[in-house]
Amino acid sequence: MLTEGDLRKGPNLATPLLSTTTGSWRLVRPVLNPKRCNNCLTCWLFCPEGCFTRGESIVSLNLDFCKGCGICVAECPREALTLVEEGSNDARLSER
Amino acid sequence: MRAYLNGNEAVAAAVKLARTEVVAAYPITPQSTIVEKIAEYIAAGSMEADYIRVESEHAALAACYGAAVTGTRVFTATSSQGLAYMFEMLHYVSGCRVPMVMAVANRGLAAPWTIWADHQDAVACRDTGWIQLYVETAQEALDTCLQAYKIAAHPEVLTPVMVCLDGYVLSHTEEIVDVPDQEAVDRFLPSYRPEYSVDTQRPYVFGVGAGPDLYSAFKYYQQQAILKAKEVIKEVDREFQAHFQRSYGGLVDLYYCHDASVVLVVMGATAGTAREVVEYLRRQGEAVGLLRLRSFRPFPVEDLRAALSRARVVAVLDRDCSFGYEGVLATEVKAALADLPAQPQVAGFIGGLGGRDISQEELAGIFRHCLEAVRRQDRGEELVVSGGWQK
Repeated sequence: MLTEGDLRKGPNLATPLLSTTTGSWRLVRPVLNPKRCNNCLTCWLFCPEGCFTRGESIVSLNLDFCKGCGICVAECPREALTLVEEGSNDARLSER
Repeated sequence: MRAYLNGNEAVAAAVKLARTEVVAAYPITPQSTIVEKIAEYIAAGSMEADYIRVESEHAALAACYGAAVTGTRVFTATSSQGLAYMFEMLHYVSGCRVPMVMAVANRGLAAPWTIWADHQDAVACRDTGWIQLYVETAQEALDTCLQAYKIAAHPEVLTPVMVCLDGYVLSHTEEIVDVPDQEAVDRFLPSYRPEYSVDTQRPYVFGVGAGPDLYSAFKYYQQQAILKAKEVIKEVDREFQAHFQRSYGGLVDLYYCHDASVVLVVMGATAGTAREVVEYLRRQGEAVGLLRLRSFRPFPVEDLRAALSRARVVAVLDRDCSFGYEGVLATEVKAALADLPAQPQVAGFIGGLGGRDISQEELAGIFRHCLEAVRRQDRGEELVVSGGWQK
């Protein structure tokens, strides 16, 4: 939560405090197949928004800043990521 | 130390004395010799700073912006088309609340192409959120640059400052300048220590995006900060006087205003000529005065009202024009005085465009024209006074 003191100093904020999430602009989103992921972090390296976090055995995704560019899907060497259309049946099925 | 310097050399001396750490600039007349002099200092080893050569003014200000968020004291300079080219970055720097000092050697804007002085370049950047201070002499250019670093970095201001000096008339004209000692400047201006800067141990995001819910709040506090600068500019000027025995009146510089029925309002070096004319007319018994506006942004409404409330005619001389309306300063002075109980008549004059000299005779002509209106009112006529344009 931003305080008046933060606002007075201008739009410069200590991370991870960010005022605007850009995920709502997305039309498609990556979906991770946990069975295929081996935590190699190729997606982490290529994601322009820093959406991926290294986990114990697989990565996790924070979609607040994912614009759905699909770079992770293209770069994943194990085809563990697929792109689904937001709101589609595919999206609902693949994350069930 | 007394030295024979022009305005640009005086600015360069101030930048060195302020222990500026990063300079990025692109050459443009009549500013170029400021950064050439700084480059000489750095090459000779008498100034410890990084000089970043860039491909444009837009890049110059972008580089300064980046350098400033790492917590260094930075400087740039430009003029005319160069300042126009910086327009986008001006908003970025002020909106991001990055303290910085930029000298603007004022020059008219093309077309027609010109390299000579007027205020159109800086006045056109009125609403970019920068503090704008206009100086009268090379000495004041030096002193104001030192003051500007202190004003910009004040924790309740955090707003960049443009120090505006008339092209050629100040930038290229020598005068005797008292250059303060390094030790004295160090006492007045300690090194720059921002509250936060780019630091991998304490990550910060600079210039975040803000949605409709937050943008307005950031802009509100930006406005509060530049309004606060009115107080800080005066305070720093007083502090400067305590250190160096020189003061410039803070926001406005008043000359025989207290009992004047006609007051001329100007910015920049024209004030030097106007002082002579005021003295000459005073010797002839005319109640005339001069108000030199030093701070154009923030606009010193309170000081103007206090200084001009007893005047009957206020003549405003603009070295700029808001095309389709009138001189910018004339509009602003009218607005400032609008609801005074006895509102003086404001007459707008436009002159000194593209380097045209403003002579003593022309200034005396403006005063006489306004004095005549006052005399007509004394004879019972309505107080009406027209402005003019030096064609």
